[in-house]
Amino acid sequence: MIQTENLTKQFKTTLAVDRLTLQVQEGEVFGFLGPNGAGKTTTVRMLTSLIGPTSGKAIVNGFEVGKQDTDIRRSVGILTETPGMYDNLSAQFNLEIYASLYEVKDPKGQIEKYLRMLGLWDRRNDEAGTFSKGMKQKLAIARSLLHEPRLLFLDEPTAALDPEGARLVRDFIEELRKQGRTIFLCTHNLDEADRLCDRIGVFKSRLLVVDAPARLRSQLFGRKVVFHLHAPAPGLAQTAQALPFVQEARLVDNKLLVTLEDPDLHNPEIIRALVGAGAEIQFVGELRRSLEDVYLQLVKAA
Amino acid sequence: MDKIKTILHKEWAEVFKNRMVLFATIFLPLMMTALPLIILYATAGAETGDFTSQMPKQFREFCPEGLTGGECFQYYIVSQFMIMFMMIPLIIPVNIAAYSVVGEKTTRSLEPLLATPITTAELLTGKNLAATIPAVIATWIGFAIFAVGAAIIAKSQALLGALLDPMWLLAIFLVGPLLAVLSVNFSLMVSSRVNDPRVAEQLSSVVILPLLALFVGQISGFILLSRSLVLIMAAVLLVIDLGLIYLSVQLFERETILTRWK
Ligand SMILES: Nc1ncnc2c1ncn2[C@@H]1O[C@H](COP(=O)(O)OP(=O)(O)O)[C@@H](O)[C@H]1O
Ligand SMILES: [Mg+2]
Repeated sequence: MIQTENLTKQFKTTLAVDRLTLQVQEGEVFGFLGPNGAGKTTTVRMLTSLIGPTSGKAIVNGFEVGKQDTDIRRSVGILTETPGMYDNLSAQFNLEIYASLYEVKDPKGQIEKYLRMLGLWDRRNDEAGTFSKGMKQKLAIARSLLHEPRLLFLDEPTAALDPEGARLVRDFIEELRKQGRTIFLCTHNLDEADRLCDRIGVFKSRLLVVDAPARLRSQLFGRKVVFHLHAPAPGLAQTAQALPFVQEARLVDNKLLVTLEDPDLHNPEIIRALVGAGAEIQFVGELRRSLEDVYLQLVKAA
Repeated sequence: MDKIKTILHKEWAEVFKNRMVLFATIFLPLMMTALPLIILYATAGAETGDFTSQMPKQFREFCPEGLTGGECFQYYIVSQFMIMFMMIPLIIPVNIAAYSVVGEKTTRSLEPLLATPITTAELLTGKNLAATIPAVIATWIGFAIFAVGAAIIAKSQALLGALLDPMWLLAIFLVGPLLAVLSVNFSLMVSSRVNDPRVAEQLSSVVILPLLALFVGQISGFILLSRSLVLIMAAVLLVIDLGLIYLSVQLFERETILTRWK
């Protein structure tokens, strides 16, 4: 659905996006995770043909950025960082404008469908300016869906909302995912990315890493397995370290901490080696790292 | 076309919620229409004495055939206000365009708008028409009221003929719309650089200065409007308008609109 190759955006003094190469598959929820100023919005703007890349290439929905811009605009939906509603106009009128601009076949039906789905139908005649932030955000989501895009860009959809509003929006994203839509979700919220996304790309001007949330935790740092021993035995760290797949082994009191990439595969072999060296293992557990550790380490290093 | 209509519809719904804009669009033309009619009415008795000899020399030469001295004086005074009438198509669009662009900025509505398949030309056309149409219509309605009023008040057919001379019709129906286009494009450019509608209006008011100069020039007898001068004005305006339209299309690339209009 999205393919980019060395996509780059240089503003006068800032290199906002640096040689981004990325694939997003159909039906996938892709989390684009990065701190403020990382270049997420700039990337979304390039992928929705709002601004042109300085260099590089991107194909969105089969159309090339810079060459088939109108086709791209017609075929994708976008929830911009700020809802940008016409505050003096009613919710319904706001949507009517966009239904027309997106050439929606059955504007009345589509508007009613999404206003009802997002719980705004009863307020349809009220000016958008009277809406709370959460309601405006929902109205903006409705606006982005009127033309039933298969690919949807969501730029920090919950950033400005209180926890309750954020929860509602996340549930709705979950709903959209079930409908099989492809979603490109920009966020700086780890928890959100972890819960909603099939894959996460950690981004700060450059794409630092891409993977499924669970694998991101393990692959990057390895996973830590703890072997609780009956008594501390000094030679055991070296025994474990000697195994080819072990990244690090350390003895702390009567716990042996082993870092490795794939415990499911290699734990039995470690246990065999340790028992062979005379260890009395009481039980084995895993130290889970939070995605936050991963993220912060990556972003600090970048 | 449908998209341009949508933009028009939206612009009017938004902009005319603003009292300043509404006031300028409705009261300004009414005032500019009422003033020359009042003058015409008040000066109707000015038949006594020989005003003709007191008038600027140039004007006497241009005084239409068949008018009495008093009527000639009336024609002279009312002409001054007719020039002020030409300010309607300049002032109204400044107002509408300034509030429309600054409004998009404050609500940050441009990004979702530009993300739709609307073309930049459609968007600019929509904004242009949204400001030009009310201005032109207001000018024309104002002039129609003036014409009817003049027909009632003017004592002689000759005076009425002079007031509704083709020169004035040209000025209203040709120069008026051209002035409106000039004013819209100029204020679109200015408004895209500032964040306060009042500042945008003040800056855009610069376009009114040449007309004021014409007004003062005419009052003090240096410049006299004639058919050929009106035609020259129309030609010059047409060139300026085409230049401005070309400039604004060049200037307002999607990316520029998005990054500058904020
Ligand atoms: N129009 C622009 N002109 C100049 N610099 C810009 C522009 N837009 C964004 N930037 C800069 O590019 C960087 C990335 O911004 P942005 O894409 O908004 O980040 P994010 O959405 O991840 O917070 C920032 O340093 C920002 O200041
Ligand atoms: Mg952003």
